[in-house]
Amino acid sequence: MYTRIYVLRFLKDTSEQPVIYHLVKKFDIEFNILKADILPHREGMMILKLRGTKENVLNGVKYLETYGVEVKRLATAISRDEDKCYQCGACTGVCPVQALSIRRKDMAVLFDPEKCTGCGQCVTICPVRAMQVSLEPEVLAEA
Amino acid sequence: MKDIKTYDEINARIEAGNAVIVTAEEMIGIVKEKGASQAAQEVDVVTTGTFSPMCSSGLLFNFGQMTPTIKASKVWLNKVPCYAGLAAVDAYIGATEPSEDDPLNKVYPGTFSYGGGHVIEDLLLGKKVFLEAKAYGTDCYAGRKMKKYVTLDDLPHALLCNPRNCYQNYNCAVNMTDKTVYTYMGMLKPDCGNAYYCSAGELSPLFNDPCYKTIGIGTRIFLGGGIGYVTWHGTQHNPNVERTPGGAPKTPAGTLMVQGDLKQMSADYIKAVSIPGYGNSLAVGMGIPIPILNEEMAMYTAVSNKDLFTQVIDYGHDYTNRIARSYGEVSYEQLQSGTITVNGKDVPTAPLSSIYMARKIAEELKAKIQKAEFFLSRPAQLLPDGR
Ligand code: SF4
Ligand code: SF4
Repeated sequence: MYTRIYVLRFLKDTSEQPVIYHLVKKFDIEFNILKADILPHREGMMILKLRGTKENVLNGVKYLETYGVEVKRLATAISRDEDKCYQCGACTGVCPVQALSIRRKDMAVLFDPEKCTGCGQCVTICPVRAMQVSLEPEVLAEA
Repeated sequence: MKDIKTYDEINARIEAGNAVIVTAEEMIGIVKEKGASQAAQEVDVVTTGTFSPMCSSGLLFNFGQMTPTIKASKVWLNKVPCYAGLAAVDAYIGATEPSEDDPLNKVYPGTFSYGGGHVIEDLLLGKKVFLEAKAYGTDCYAGRKMKKYVTLDDLPHALLCNPRNCYQNYNCAVNMTDKTVYTYMGMLKPDCGNAYYCSAGELSPLFNDPCYKTIGIGTRIFLGGGIGYVTWHGTQHNPNVERTPGGAPKTPAGTLMVQGDLKQMSADYIKAVSIPGYGNSLAVGMGIPIPILNEEMAMYTAVSNKDLFTQVIDYGHDYTNRIARSYGEVSYEQLQSGTITVNGKDVPTAPLSSIYMARKIAEELKAKIQKAEFFLSRPAQLLPDGR
């Protein structure tokens, strides 16, 4: 199985069309919407996790592109440098999915990579640059 | 209030290994259970801690002479400008000074990836730092230029010298405008979408001695992992603010000027920070021991988050325009719960001050005193208390 996270940008006219529906039907891909936003001017943005055979996922992406959807791989994994992190909690104010959260009883800052969508917001906000973007190992292996 | 013990008696007990030391968090339960009078009999010292960005920080250093000698008038460390209007080979590097070629906020919000705070951190990590000095040359100091790599060990003197640290309380920041703003209080989402606060609350040093009865000039403190001293009240120290019945200020109030030998410190307790859109700074870990001289000090040190308050301030418009308006008073208990209510709306909160590390510092200071590695000093003079 091939699992990848993509950022999709829909222009105004494509955001009306059921492209995701076709993506699933035509290519037998499982998907998980990590984030979806309609931006001003009715532009749409979506972060999708796609899972299927490698061929299907890649063909699915091509299909999206023919509909004018801008597709960008989030070929990243986010990790935390435990030596640098001083548990301040600033990142919990920006993480949209609670992958970074505070354990209230001792105010420790927890990072759950399973929940992380790779949006990268914590990377710029962390004052000591403890949150890092790194390539997923399998990406390097395939390159 | 009459003292029931003296600094000397407490230090004698520390020396003998039978002093009772507890953290500010532990003291809350002790006073609740036994009452302030009994707690004052039993407890000798309460330790506190805080660890957060403290912008008014910097390093005063001497970098040693060369032949011919030089009276440096311009100095850089790793391209970060230092202040060199001092004699010969002394200079001061401020934590918020960005690297000279930093694009600042030209690409907004700027990332401020390297600044004075990072130089201090690199020195602490044992890294080599590139020093450049320029001079106009005199008969007694003929040198015009100096370039060399230095480490912390190479510097004859390196003194952390922070004119304003350890704020007694701090605002809770929100943004009431319709645009995201990048402030020293973090990235604030529009329409009051989030709130940041910055205090260790019940663990914070000056919340445990709210009327400055024991912390003063000459107080020995835990500073960045080493020993430091309070050397004056900090700039902007302002005791004349509204307070709770327990004496705790409800807005920013007292501050401390502190100094300590950087060579004793550790990068675990001093961290360079980059705040998007704002700039560079230094997070400083500090802990202050509070002698329980009497019942009053037992009462003060038993303060808890539910009795400590701050104001919700708009950093989108009000702060920079000096409009003194509070969108409400919130307790540190509410802030630490993760949600506060502003104008009837639930707003998620996040801290900027590490409470986890504040506790660790209070524990570490407690351990040092228990091992008789740290003694209390009686201040030569107390801080202005506004009376
Ligand atoms: S903002 Fe950075 S230092 Fe602070 S808790 Fe998050 S990862 Fe750790
Ligand atoms: S990248 Fe950071 S902010 Fe984004 S989801 Fe992962 S942990 Fe949260």
